[in-house]
Amino acid sequence: MKIHEYQAKEILRRYGVPTPRGEVTDDPAAARRICESFGGRCVVKAQIHAGGRGKGGGVKLAASPAEAEEIAGRILGMQLVTPQTGPGGQTVRKVLIEEAVAIAEELYLAITLDRGRARPMIMASRAGGMDIEEVAAKDPQAIVRQHFDPFLGLLPFQARAVASGLGLRGTTARQAQKLLLSLARAYVETDASLAEINPLLVTAAGDVVALDAKMNFDGNALFRHPDIVAMRDLAEENPLEVEAGTYGLSYIKLDGSIGCMVNGAGLAMATMDIIKLHGGEPANFLDVGGSASQEAVKNAFRILVSDPAVKAVLINIFGGIARTDRIARGVVGALAELGEVKLPVVARLEGTNVEEGRRILEASDFDFIVARHMADAAQKVVTAAGGGA
Amino acid sequence: MAIWVGDDTRLLVQGITGNEGAFHARGCRDYGTRVVAGVTPGKGGQEVDGIPVFDSVAEARDKTGCNASVIFVPPPFAADAVMEAAAAGVELVVCITEGVPVNDMLKVKAFLAGSNTRLIGPNCPGLISPGKAKVGIMPGHIHRPGRIGVVSRSGTLTYEAVWQLSNAGLGQSTCVGIGGDPVNGTSFIDVLAAFAEDDDTAGVVLIGEIGGSAEEEAAAWIERHYERPVVGFIAGRTAPPGRRMGHAGAIISGGTGTAAAKMEALRAAGVTVVESPAEIGSTMARVLRR
Repeated sequence: MKIHEYQAKEILRRYGVPTPRGEVTDDPAAARRICESFGGRCVVKAQIHAGGRGKGGGVKLAASPAEAEEIAGRILGMQLVTPQTGPGGQTVRKVLIEEAVAIAEELYLAITLDRGRARPMIMASRAGGMDIEEVAAKDPQAIVRQHFDPFLGLLPFQARAVASGLGLRGTTARQAQKLLLSLARAYVETDASLAEINPLLVTAAGDVVALDAKMNFDGNALFRHPDIVAMRDLAEENPLEVEAGTYGLSYIKLDGSIGCMVNGAGLAMATMDIIKLHGGEPANFLDVGGSASQEAVKNAFRILVSDPAVKAVLINIFGGIARTDRIARGVVGALAELGEVKLPVVARLEGTNVEEGRRILEASDFDFIVARHMADAAQKVVTAAGGGA
Repeated sequence: MAIWVGDDTRLLVQGITGNEGAFHARGCRDYGTRVVAGVTPGKGGQEVDGIPVFDSVAEARDKTGCNASVIFVPPPFAADAVMEAAAAGVELVVCITEGVPVNDMLKVKAFLAGSNTRLIGPNCPGLISPGKAKVGIMPGHIHRPGRIGVVSRSGTLTYEAVWQLSNAGLGQSTCVGIGGDPVNGTSFIDVLAAFAEDDDTAGVVLIGEIGGSAEEEAAAWIERHYERPVVGFIAGRTAPPGRRMGHAGAIISGGTGTAAAKMEALRAAGVTVVESPAEIGSTMARVLRR
């Protein structure tokens, strides 16, 4: 789960990570007031979940309260396009007004999971403001890495090693060590999957400050963090994906024209792949769950067809424990309940009682295009959608 | 022969009094697995379809000599169930539960270090040695006894591959679903190493997906240690970066974990990588004829 920068900073402050003073608002007049309270100079930062906001014009320095109001008025409501939003951009609904801080040096700092070693890992570099992937590609030596035991926590000597690896000295190094310990504790205790400070600022006075902050959380651990769940901003998410989630379905919108409904995540990905292999483009990822019940199929279908880009639908279900004939009855029942479906629907069922399953599809009132295997299904759905996407 | 489960498996079902647990306990027993015990704390003394239920794994182990456990416990309690089974000395623990927090798995990994317990999963379909024993939720009847080992991060995609193998006349020695989570108990390499020791496994189907680097590590291992044929498929070539594709572990992040990189690593290690998921069975048949 993702949250906004201002929310991440709230959490990090609680753990003792220093950040600039700031306040979030959706009102340009309030932006002016907040800027005044910071002494008349501030930064106005668009709050959307995507990164790269500065590149899209979503982060601006204001030299006066009047300018803060004017900039906030411009940014609020704009469709902010960044390298991470896609061409449509994301509507800005809130801005964070922060005191302006004199920058001496910008560093990069993040904690994430090293899957291979099953340990959290600190990554730090002197190239603040840059994408860590860019740094990793250009100069892997420039990244300081430090694994730690999540249950012992980051140990002081490990924090010292990171600070010295960044070339920090004196009080700056000591402040950075303290910040690292705080960040590590925040990461573990909130079940974060990412805690990133980019840039981490060294001020002209030698203090360290988290100028930006990003936190993602392990969706599986949200049951023990109601305070973080409360930070979820549904306006930042695709409405179809949100709706699918309320039905317990896993759905991700993509750019193609072939809607697919599959049971199981691996098979769903493989189905997208085989569509592409036959010259089509998948419109989505959708896992209806292993058993593909009539209720799940109905809800899934409703979501699929509400995407106007979808020109044809592929149902690919492997009947495991649930027999294929039962699944076929569920699919037919779901389409009957939905009423008129104008799109061509290719159905490929496989597994136990597959012949009976196909017979049920063919005998139904709905005009299914019945496929015999995965390649046949992909071919048929690409044709039904009008050739290549 | 087969790996890890077979005729000598004596299975415990943790969470046996829940719907899933009871259903799949029956499924495993109907397949021919000896299901000797169930555990649900507070429900000791009951029976589920004639299977005795105990309050703790230690008690179940003591009374029935169970040597494998399959877990159907809700996510908040799953890690504790795994560690309880390991503490009782159960040799093989299979965690079916989907939705276990990563931090809980890190605890489990630390707890299991130095123990003799092998964990498979979580978020997996389990494993099966066709004709001998089924420890999991897969449909047993699509499998055929034979000489192909299958290892996969997926559920239904594995069934698809098994179905293709069975239809091509290729039976399986053991099929292992290692699970779709970012941190799991048993890796591709662990399974491949066990297949390498098994004279009755003549070749392996490896099914990976986007996210992490487990396939790349497996490729490096295969190149150095595995001599028999391997057919590989990687799901998620069309998945966009930064999005979690159903499985908690299926995400391309920071440019790593792409299907292309995994396919290339496997190819470089001599694995026959199929582009189409429809060609897994036929490709294995072709490779074996060579």
